[in-house]
Amino acid sequence: MSKIKLTKVPFSGTAKQEKELRDKLATIKKMDGALMPALQAAQDIYGYLPAEVQQIISEELDISLEEIFGVATFYSQFSLNPKGNIEISICMGTACYVKGSGEVLDKFKEILKIDAGDCTADGKYGLVATRCIGCCGLAPVLTVNDKVYGKVTVSDVEKIIEENS
Amino acid sequence: MINLTINGKAISVPEGTTILEAARKAGINIPTLCYLKDINSIGACRVCVVEVKGARNLVASCVYPVSEGMEVITNSKRVIESRKTTVELILSDHEKKCLSCIRSQNCELQKLSKELGCDEEHYQGESNNFNLDLSTPYLVRDNNKCILCRRCVAACRDYQSVSVIGANSRGFDTHIGTFFNKDLDAVPCVACGQCINVCPTGALRERDEIDDVMDAINDPKKYVVMVSAPAVRVAIGEEFGYPVGTNTQGKMVAAMKALGADDVFDVNMTADLTIMEEGFEFLNRVKNGGVLPMLTSCSPAWIKFVEHFYPELIPNLSTCKSPQQMFGAVIKTYYAEKKGIDPKDMVVVSVMPCTAKKFEKGRPNQSAAGVPDIDYVLTTRELARMIKREGIMYRELEDKDFDTPLGIGSSAGLIFGTSGGVMEAALRTVREVLENKSFDKLDFKEVRGIEGIKEATYNIAGIDVKVAVASGLSNARKLMDKIKSGEADYHFIEIMSCPGGCVNGGGQPIRTAEERNTMNIPGLRAKAIYDTDKSAKLRKSHENPVVKELYENYFGEPNSHKAHEILHTKYQKREKV
Repeated sequence: MSKIKLTKVPFSGTAKQEKELRDKLATIKKMDGALMPALQAAQDIYGYLPAEVQQIISEELDISLEEIFGVATFYSQFSLNPKGNIEISICMGTACYVKGSGEVLDKFKEILKIDAGDCTADGKYGLVATRCIGCCGLAPVLTVNDKVYGKVTVSDVEKIIEENS
Repeated sequence: MINLTINGKAISVPEGTTILEAARKAGINIPTLCYLKDINSIGACRVCVVEVKGARNLVASCVYPVSEGMEVITNSKRVIESRKTTVELILSDHEKKCLSCIRSQNCELQKLSKELGCDEEHYQGESNNFNLDLSTPYLVRDNNKCILCRRCVAACRDYQSVSVIGANSRGFDTHIGTFFNKDLDAVPCVACGQCINVCPTGALRERDEIDDVMDAINDPKKYVVMVSAPAVRVAIGEEFGYPVGTNTQGKMVAAMKALGADDVFDVNMTADLTIMEEGFEFLNRVKNGGVLPMLTSCSPAWIKFVEHFYPELIPNLSTCKSPQQMFGAVIKTYYAEKKGIDPKDMVVVSVMPCTAKKFEKGRPNQSAAGVPDIDYVLTTRELARMIKREGIMYRELEDKDFDTPLGIGSSAGLIFGTSGGVMEAALRTVREVLENKSFDKLDFKEVRGIEGIKEATYNIAGIDVKVAVASGLSNARKLMDKIKSGEADYHFIEIMSCPGGCVNGGGQPIRTAEERNTMNIPGLRAKAIYDTDKSAKLRKSHENPVVKELYENYFGEPNSHKAHEILHTKYQKREKV
């Protein structure tokens, strides 16, 4: 049924995060159309919107879970999946792609055993296939958090993961 | 009043009227698809578009209010072409297995397509491919036939305040689903089936048990008993062309016999038995300071609703099994002993206006004889399909009576089929038992009717008994919140899950949006019930000779130990998520 990709990373929210969210929701729920700001606040705190967090919102705002899920899956600004601590973004722009970024992405998938858009079960690495990041001269290019790697080949992949472990 | 013209015809309507409503008043029909009176008007499907002079684009008439001097055209070439394109685009991503579709010839999309002269293959491209949700024993969700009208979403959320289905994702990926797209059995769906009744296509339907029932009938080792609920007889005729609100009990019984059931009994009998058990349970609670208000327990979707959303009110629920389950239990204990048949060789098939009954039969504590009280549940629709499949000419059948000895039911049992009926039947009996005399005037009109919530106070034997009746779970929710906050001090509350009661149950014949616009369907079916009650000879549950015999020779007295073991049950808290 679902075309919605869901994470296998277990929820690891803290009591502190929950308190922060509930405090914010106490103000937000007085507004008209509280659901959008509530989801934005939750994503700010947790980085994504897992079921557990949507349940907190449902309790506080007295909105059904399905209604919340419908909104969370409608807007692309919301994510149901966590980001990795180390976010590897591989450019799929035209220049990078013809220079072999597809194979580079495949190599990352193979080593990390996750799909693009996922993160590893320990939450350490996240893998993203991005649109053109605007430095086609370095194609194929990728970023690891804020660090940029240019002219990457498949054989560099293992080393890049190691450097950022 | 606002003055406007529609197709050149002048008309005056109150301010706030939509173009669609105004056109209907002017005798002009505008086709609709997502629109459903009182429940869904979101202007999403664009089938109801019309031309308004001065407006750049076509407007959706179901949501567009009239204004002074407005000139509306509902049937120009531009309008018709637009509707046709819209329907053809919907068809481009619709599983067009119309020949075998359960809703064939009763499908609003099929009808529109035919009327507009659509080519179902005009637009060809990618189509969605969804797995069926077969997780529950009562419902099939088939998104391949869904047209995203959201009528089911509105029914689940607004009629029932259950809200377990909604639109997920966006654009081409949009689909009706649940929280995290879980299976329906993993969310607090209450099984009421109202979503099926509002679906314009075959995307929602009951889990069919016809083949299992035919296998049992064809098995010579099985003794098959069929029982039918009060509300079935006033609706099944619709499947054979009778007008809404026709009681075809005699033909229905004849058809069940023609299908090959060994006995055909009337659930009105165990409705009477319910009145005895529930009535005495209520009296006991009043006398002994038990938990009040007492809540009725006949409606299985209501029970599931309480278990999910109001578990703290479980002690308020009557412990009585529903009339369906009581019947199965009586057949497999008392009747099996009397006939000398091993209950394991008996198959009890109940015909119900309800999908939640398919869930209820599998609940724990519903096996009085060590085997399930009820084996199969057919909805009114399934019984009609079965009759057609077996070549039985319903309209030609000679009327027959239910079988003896368990086929006698009072009309107090019959009125269980409509909202307020259980309350009225209980009041008829409780009053006579407490005041120890017989009354001629038996109508309790304050609890009748299709309003969502009804309240009344009756003085019975010097006590003011405060009662409330609600149908539709959003109304039930309002009452429960009042009880929880201490605002309400009722003694006895009847709840039916479906708006208007069982006459409008999730297993009843499906009427299109167009019919629902012009007819009060639950009201007409309820009228047939009250008309039958008015002229009935046996109108009080406690005077039912079968009920008397059951207490004299089997149960002893209402709420006896034996009655508790066979006729009562337990409930369980269920997750809200």
